[in-house]
Amino acid sequence: MKSRVKSSYSQLIRKGLVYLAAIGVALFILIPIYLITVMAFSPEDVIYGYPKPFIPQQLTAETILFFLNSYKMLDSVRISMIVAIVTLVISLLVGAPAGYALARYIFAGQDAYRILILSTRAFPMVILSIPLAQTYIQWHLDDTIMGVALMHTAMALPTTILVTSSVFVGISKELEEAALTLGCSRFTAFRRIILPLALPGLAASAIFTFVLSWNEVFAAAILTVHNRTMPARLIVGLGGSPATFKFAGGFIMLVPAIVFMFFVRRYLFSLWGIKLK
Amino acid sequence: MAEIRVENVRKVFGKVVAVKDVNLTVPDREFAVLLGPSGCGKTTLLRCIAGLEQVDGGHIFIGDQEITNLSPRDRRIAMVFQSYAVFPHMTVFDNIGFGPRMQHVPKPEIKKRVQSTAEMMHIEDLLERYPAQLSGGQRQRVAVARALAAQAQVLLMDEPLSNLDALLRLEMRAELKALMDELDTTVVYVTHDQVEALSLGDRIAVMHSGEFMQVDEPMKVYDHPAAQFVGGFIGNPPMNFLTARLADDGTTVLVNETRLPIAPETAAHLRATGQRTVWLGIRSENIDPLDAHTEGALSARVIVAEPLGSHILLTVKMGDAIVKVNAHSDSAFRSGQDIWLRPVPEKIRWMDKESGQALN
Repeated sequence: MKSRVKSSYSQLIRKGLVYLAAIGVALFILIPIYLITVMAFSPEDVIYGYPKPFIPQQLTAETILFFLNSYKMLDSVRISMIVAIVTLVISLLVGAPAGYALARYIFAGQDAYRILILSTRAFPMVILSIPLAQTYIQWHLDDTIMGVALMHTAMALPTTILVTSSVFVGISKELEEAALTLGCSRFTAFRRIILPLALPGLAASAIFTFVLSWNEVFAAAILTVHNRTMPARLIVGLGGSPATFKFAGGFIMLVPAIVFMFFVRRYLFSLWGIKLK
Repeated sequence: MAEIRVENVRKVFGKVVAVKDVNLTVPDREFAVLLGPSGCGKTTLLRCIAGLEQVDGGHIFIGDQEITNLSPRDRRIAMVFQSYAVFPHMTVFDNIGFGPRMQHVPKPEIKKRVQSTAEMMHIEDLLERYPAQLSGGQRQRVAVARALAAQAQVLLMDEPLSNLDALLRLEMRAELKALMDELDTTVVYVTHDQVEALSLGDRIAVMHSGEFMQVDEPMKVYDHPAAQFVGGFIGNPPMNFLTARLADDGTTVLVNETRLPIAPETAAHLRATGQRTVWLGIRSENIDPLDAHTEGALSARVIVAEPLGSHILLTVKMGDAIVKVNAHSDSAFRSGQDIWLRPVPEKIRWMDKESGQALN
């Protein structure tokens, strides 16, 4: 209490403003999530009614279940999940070593390589879509889960490489060298020292990739016909659907990202705490 | 427990030759210090011995085995890093036990080794902690303990004390010295701190631009610097260097019109090379400051008098040269005062004005 009194008003006000801003940001994100969730679990007459109650009077899983059972939605959710996970795994398997190389080694054309990585993101998907679809058909990759995953990997790789590279830069080279002098091979030094320390950063990069793949609409929509990911199917099918479906769809879109975030949250926090400069 | 031999080792970074064909033998159990200003190549040489850098020429031996192209883990070395490089995700116990664990030492033996090295470094109460919970000094102890626990033949240390605060550094220095006297390990220790080098080393290798200027026992390096660079780098304050001109008689020199004797062989060298001037090197404690003129004393004027407790450090101006002189702490020299300096004749070192090499 005493320190409270001592601390000046301006400090108090600043603290208050920070909290206010934090609460504002949280509400900005949480209110739509809350409303979508409530609507997704409300019976049809409530959804079409006006005004909609802020506190739900009556909950039902009917809308969600009906939604999931129609339009091959359950299938799409499954496909989306697989695509996101495959994308995540491939882009980490390919991107993390590239990031490591960028962080640890000096090689000819390093800067050019960096720019090249970024420049792949400079091509708008819209321009690429026709040749891409053509190539996919030629390679028989069209309408396959792997095809979409590869496309998403290509889109995610630049950020994966650059993020993981900055993660590895943040881990002192001397730690690795200490391990080498203490009897590790390059590989065991990486596995026992660098990898555990890089995990938070790699997790952050994985979240990024997962969310990117989960939300990606355009490529998924043009490359698939039957094996559509969730967003692709929603975008195609939901335009003319009733509001009940829209809410249910929105909810289903939200859940995996939130659940995934919940699991890697621990790593994210330590990432902010100590790991990245 | 092994001799280290470095033969003609060369290391190049791009266009910069960091280590220029150096030769060094560190006998078994010796504590050798690589001393030099930053960028002189001392750390690079150490890293070459550790196997963290590939040499561009030459050979390195530990004992009878050539290790030039072996990976670090096959060299039977242990290293203490400047940043300590303590693994942050492992407890102190696991850090110290990391080396033995990689060598597949049985578990009970690892435990015994960790315990005993931890006791040696006085960190036996910290074994369950993580590095983040330790102070800088404690982390440093963990780093040394980890290197010791590996029981390598050769211990390499890269400025291990430079990140500690002054008081802790003094304490660790003494402790390290006592510890190394007790152990039979051959040590190569890199530092830019000349006091550290003098206090710890059995021998000091003074490095400058990738080359050894002198490899000698500490007092030898201090008292008989082999080159002007060494005299100027070692000692606080550094050695004074005055320009002395060979007198017409060819057997004495003149420093600011004061005649000083010079050794016949030094004079002969000057005559032979046709040089007229030579460096006179003298340490501040080897100059007697006098308040009255006597034969063979150089006239000067006190600019600053700094009482340092054990003595008073005088900065005096002699002609164009600035000279540092130690005066007795009871003396009453004040700034602005005229003073006469008498260098102790047997402590004068002559150095070639062009090459900087010592002549006597």
